Amino acid sequence: MSDEAIAVFQVEARENLELIEQGLLDLLDRPEDRDLVDAVFRGLHTLKGSGSMFGFDALAGFTHHCETAFDRVRKGEVAATTDLVSAVLAARDHMRRLMEDPTGDHGAAGDVLLADLERAVREADGNAPVAAAPVQTAWRIRFDLPSHAFKNGTNPLALLAELRDLGEARVVADVSRVPPLSQIEPTDHYLAWDVTLATDQGRGAIEDVFIFVMDEMNLSIEPLDASNADAVVADQTGPAEVVAEVSSILPQTAAPAQVAAPVQSSAPTAPDAAEAGVAKTAKPSESVRVPADRLDELMDRVGELVIAQSRLSQIANSGVDTALRAVSEEIERLSGELRDTMMVLRMVPVATLFGRFRRLVHDLARETGKVIELSTDGETTEIDKTVIERLADPLVHLIRNAADHGLETAEDRAAAGKPATGRIRLSAHQSGGEVVITIRDDGRGIDRDRVRAKAEAQGLIEPGAALSDHDLLQMIFHPGFSTAAAVTNLSGRGVGMDVVKRTIEALRGSIDIASRPGEGSEVSLRIPLTLAIIDGLLVRVGQGRYVIPLGAVEECLELSLDEDLRSRGRSFISLRNSLVPYLRLREMFETGTPPELHQKVVVVSTGTERIGLVVDQIIGDHQTVIKSMSKLHSGLPTFSGATILGDGGVALILDVGHLVAKGQQQEAQMREAI
Amino acid sequence: MTASILTVDDSPSIRVALKIALTNAGYSVAEAVNGAEGIEKAKASAFDLIITDLNMPVMDGLTMIEEMRRMPDQMGVPIVFLTTESDEGFKARAKAAGATGWLTKPFDPDQLVRVAKKVLGR
Amino acid sequence: MSTQAEITTAPGWTGAEQVEVLTFELNGELFALHAVGVQEIMDLAPETVVPGAGAFAGAVINFRGKVIPLSDLRVAFGLERGAATIDSRIVVIEIELAGEPTLVGLRTDKVHEVTTLARADSEAPPSVGMRWRPEFIQCLVKRGGEFIVVPDLQAIFNQQQDARQPVASATRH
Repeated sequence: MSDEAIAVFQVEARENLELIEQGLLDLLDRPEDRDLVDAVFRGLHTLKGSGSMFGFDALAGFTHHCETAFDRVRKGEVAATTDLVSAVLAARDHMRRLMEDPTGDHGAAGDVLLADLERAVREADGNAPVAAAPVQTAWRIRFDLPSHAFKNGTNPLALLAELRDLGEARVVADVSRVPPLSQIEPTDHYLAWDVTLATDQGRGAIEDVFIFVMDEMNLSIEPLDASNADAVVADQTGPAEVVAEVSSILPQTAAPAQVAAPVQSSAPTAPDAAEAGVAKTAKPSESVRVPADRLDELMDRVGELVIAQSRLSQIANSGVDTALRAVSEEIERLSGELRDTMMVLRMVPVATLFGRFRRLVHDLARETGKVIELSTDGETTEIDKTVIERLADPLVHLIRNAADHGLETAEDRAAAGKPATGRIRLSAHQSGGEVVITIRDDGRGIDRDRVRAKAEAQGLIEPGAALSDHDLLQMIFHPGFSTAAAVTNLSGRGVGMDVVKRTIEALRGSIDIASRPGEGSEVSLRIPLTLAIIDGLLVRVGQGRYVIPLGAVEECLELSLDEDLRSRGRSFISLRNSLVPYLRLREMFETGTPPELHQKVVVVSTGTERIGLVVDQIIGDHQTVIKSMSKLHSGLPTFSGATILGDGGVALILDVGHLVAKGQQQEAQMREAI
Repeated sequence: MTASILTVDDSPSIRVALKIALTNAGYSVAEAVNGAEGIEKAKASAFDLIITDLNMPVMDGLTMIEEMRRMPDQMGVPIVFLTTESDEGFKARAKAAGATGWLTKPFDPDQLVRVAKKVLGR
Repeated sequence: MSTQAEITTAPGWTGAEQVEVLTFELNGELFALHAVGVQEIMDLAPETVVPGAGAFAGAVINFRGKVIPLSDLRVAFGLERGAATIDSRIVVIEIELAGEPTLVGLRTDKVHEVTTLARADSEAPPSVGMRWRPEFIQCLVKRGGEFIVVPDLQAIFNQQQDARQPVASATRH
């Protein structure tokens, strides 16, 4: 078996194991959910099959035993008790080991786990079997729509499609109100509908279909049984459809349903092939597996295309050929759309990340002996796939911190009048061009005195120095700083908040922490949506050109030579009643060039703080494909990267966060000097 | 054929949120920042669905909907508005202006896509 | 704090009797680079100064769509930096920086040729009496009455990078 084939198997097996784990964790919350049981069983079955095919005999053998045990749950003979699920979870971990290290000797451990599993199954045998499948009911739905329905965009076909999503349906159109051709108003609606539907979703789901049109229509929803079935057959005879046995719609049979083509639609609706079977399982969405580096290559090509396109625009716009200019604009539009599509392609929901943490918290709770509940919010928030992987470790560390140091034991919490269950809340949401991820706990908060003591002991601050609460908390991010009296096994050593901070900053993000003693702490991470392309403002300082991320730009002002001379030594600009510190980039970069007559000030902000950057010229908007710089230059805090301009030259990208911080320092120094 | 959606909202973060959720669901998305731009864009190309905020500068959502319904091409296009109101009377007035449906804020991407599918039928 | 010369990405003097090099001139002195690491020889390109980067790698250039540093060995060796001439070229090489293969451009006054140097003709740099810093030299090779300097690029770049490593930055406010 080739190495490549084995690698492919391992990638798929890992995903499968992940799904099995999630399914089992969900099963802990919802033990009667048949779909979950089926999904877990399928996962085990697939793992066994492919494991055996690729020569992973130990894995296949072990999984086979688990599958047999779990089959009893699937058949409904045995309930999915907590013990049973935990035993399968432990077994799953063993399967992972067997998959990653197929030649190692894991036999003894495996036997123990299987024995546990057998025992759990035996104990669960006494319990009542899992609930039976949900019941299907047949309904008769009759409705019409007002004549002006089309005029506010209502689409009866969409309503019918939604009904069909609920289950098997037979639709008959009532064309009795359609006037003769010569009198038809094409924009008026004349139809009524008679639908027979078999669904397990209940009346509420049917009513939901009509929420937007409910108040302007006649709607009747009646459950069907043998007694009124005949009435339906009688009513539904007509020229345009086939009369089928009503009983064909009721559960357990699978005759195809026909649909009458409505008179007014421009394209006839195709006859629906009814879905045989009872419970409708969610259709897996279609997707194509693409190796990540192929996506990266594509991203690079798109990046280069963007550069070439901007050169084309430059050339076209400086010429007189209108045809060329038109095409160039078209290409600009297309490449912009391509770029947007690429960005979306690389986005994955943070759910993939959050999902891992459920297991982590589950294990942490057991290890610390605390009761911990993890809640998540905003799992559908999306972020660039390259970023997500790099966030995993910092988030694990932050969650461990919260569980280990933040949350108190159940007794301490009770003594403090808090509920015994400690809560950790992970949430994510988008804000402008960034994703904000917060980890909140309702634990004891950060002990300011301990932080202070540690900071003084490490010589970071002078004893007795005055420090704002915010600044004090920032001390936590210093290397080597850990106030934990005992460095516990969980949080470990070497991975401190300073590493977390560096990792986040390497992603061009920022981290902040807030805390209330006795109430809890909250760590927030802000990460840019995408690492690769940003909208930038191109400026000139001396002979060099620089890019300022547009998202950070608040406004641009003029700075006349007079004002510039007048404000020597002041470094503040008065902006509508507030003083904004500013940096003369010409001086900071030591360009050696004389100041321009009409310099500009670009006011940038990091959300809370602002600074004005004095530049010689604002050139314009620029779609910036970010190129990272080599290690020789990546350590420079002023620049976060570089980009290639339309004329082939290079512009450096300014790191707004750093410049704002410099402005703050300046401000602080000014204040002290006063 | 991909359905095309026009989103009209003066808030850049809502526009980004709408764009990403809808694009991931397979729709193609264009944007406008207020009612007037919305009308211009709708005139220039045909959209399968318009999602609009109501409170916008230059031209607000309800006015845009009314104007669009007066345009013969826009008459049948489903228009969904974003609202924080749960007031039934308000929804009735919006429908009278010509809106097809609504989506209450705050919403998550699943709800958004469900409503889009609902009015589009695909 | 220069480090012991680390293994370069080029095979270098791995016991082979002869090695292929590219010879070039800087300030009238003759230098040689292992040809294996050389990616390209290009004409002078528009340079973008990187404020705060120091003199050794004070600028970057666009090389096939990548932004790479442009370094000046004269700075490392304390030589005078004369103006560019019509013969000046940039030699782009790949070396390992902090464990990662990195493209770097080197300024040269004139590129001579690709030729073979024999190990037998090489000598270790004397530890005293030489105007070059010995830790930056891999060896000297005698040829036709003059010495060709084979710089230890790895050592030079490691030192330059370390020297500029920012001390733990002040916390952001």
